[in-house]
Amino acid sequence: MSETAPPVRKISSLFLAVILVTLVLSIFALYQAIETYRNYQDFNEGVLNFMMMGVFGLALSTYMLFQTRRRMLKLTVEIQRIATTILCQKCGFKTIRDFQRGDYIFKEAEACPKCNEKMLIASIYREVKEKEKTKEERLS
Amino acid sequence: MLTEISQIFPAQDNILGWILQIVWILFIVVFMFYGQRIQMWLMLKEVEGSLLRLRFMRDEGRKAAISVIKELGKPEQDPTARVDQFLDYVTLLPQDMDPSGIVWKLEHLLDVQDVRFKHEVKIMAPQADETQMNNLENTLEAALSLNIIYKVMRHFYLLGKKTWSFYIVMQLQMVLPLVMREAEAFASALRAFTFGQPIGDGAGALVAAKLMYGHEKRKMPKDMVMAKVPIEGRTAYVLKAEGPGGNVGKPGEAIKQIIEENGGKISTIIAIDAAQKLEGEKPGEVAEGVGVAIGGPGVEQFKVEETVLKYKIPVNAVIIKEDIGDAVSPMRKEIFDAMDAVIERIKRLILERTKEGDFVIIAGIGNTIGIGQ
Repeated sequence: MSETAPPVRKISSLFLAVILVTLVLSIFALYQAIETYRNYQDFNEGVLNFMMMGVFGLALSTYMLFQTRRRMLKLTVEIQRIATTILCQKCGFKTIRDFQRGDYIFKEAEACPKCNEKMLIASIYREVKEKEKTKEERLS
Repeated sequence: MLTEISQIFPAQDNILGWILQIVWILFIVVFMFYGQRIQMWLMLKEVEGSLLRLRFMRDEGRKAAISVIKELGKPEQDPTARVDQFLDYVTLLPQDMDPSGIVWKLEHLLDVQDVRFKHEVKIMAPQADETQMNNLENTLEAALSLNIIYKVMRHFYLLGKKTWSFYIVMQLQMVLPLVMREAEAFASALRAFTFGQPIGDGAGALVAAKLMYGHEKRKMPKDMVMAKVPIEGRTAYVLKAEGPGGNVGKPGEAIKQIIEENGGKISTIIAIDAAQKLEGEKPGEVAEGVGVAIGGPGVEQFKVEETVLKYKIPVNAVIIKEDIGDAVSPMRKEIFDAMDAVIERIKRLILERTKEGDFVIIAGIGNTIGIGQ
């Protein structure tokens, strides 16, 4: 599977226009709230209503913007690193390298550089990133 | 009415203030009458986003299957059409109105399916060896699962959209996180299967492989291997599916045969398998219990249960915990590191539950992809 792929879907320009209009209107609403406060020097119903409109509109447009971004970012498949450990049964010499097609556990590998004995693939595993692990382990 | 509304806002001498007020009122009115529709539209958008991801995974799976078939099987003809045909494969489960004998009907169907899949792979990839054939079969099965998940989700999405049924869409949205988790697991499995990497489900097979390594092996039915291993003064019949190709074999059949060959004189059976962990539990945690730890459709578990009942043989289970994603993804280090702890538990169980000179069966259950013996 490929590591990344181009987004399969573009975000519609109409949707972006709606977000933009909401954003502009919210900014104007906030501006109106300030203006009304300046005129009346008081936190009256008008100021509160305009503020509410502005904050709500800002929150809505930012949320919509983040949603579209998240949708575009998620269309990838992460490649995980798989490690193969090769062990010498005689002297205990160990090497770790990336997995190669054809590797399997208990397969005979190349000769040991120390004692020239045939080495063995002792393990094949994937290491989970620390960030993911701490998230999992926080509640365990 | 208008005067009352206008009193909410202070008098504005600019047009912008009025526009904002009208927008606000319109917003309230629209939400009053179309609130549920807007909510449904948002839910549909969320499902649509996941559906796009499912389609992406399905397409990647299909591409991966086709490319690996071309690479390993070197077919003379383009296998694309055959792969597409395979991805729509269906298995109709036996009728259960009269459940008596359903296990054998199911077993027969699974055998037919296995033969059919192997035959299909042979046609698609004529140059592949046996190990590669098993891996290709597993790859195709994972791609098939992704295709089915995508199609079922798309069906309910389109049905919800067509009927504008709030409840269809809501159920779809509610089940979405679990479905996506499963799909991600299959997408991850595809890579493991195409490269022949050991997966989490192979934990039981790996324990058996470690125990039988260096001892003489004997082939057992079907696709199983067995070795007689002396452990703590007892004789253990250690068995697993034959690797390193992707294979689960028929452990139930093999256990049954060993019991019959020994005239039922088996002191205990220990089955080791990967099991679904609960959220909050660590992957690679080991637990013990009683019962036949053999997953899958249940046929193999049934066979062992029937035989142990006949000879009154105690059955023990050692399970290695992991989630669905880990079970079909390349094996995690934590699961690999748990192997020694499992072997210690097996030895302790043998010491505590059997006498010197006894015969025991140790069965490593699971897909043995990437694990030799």
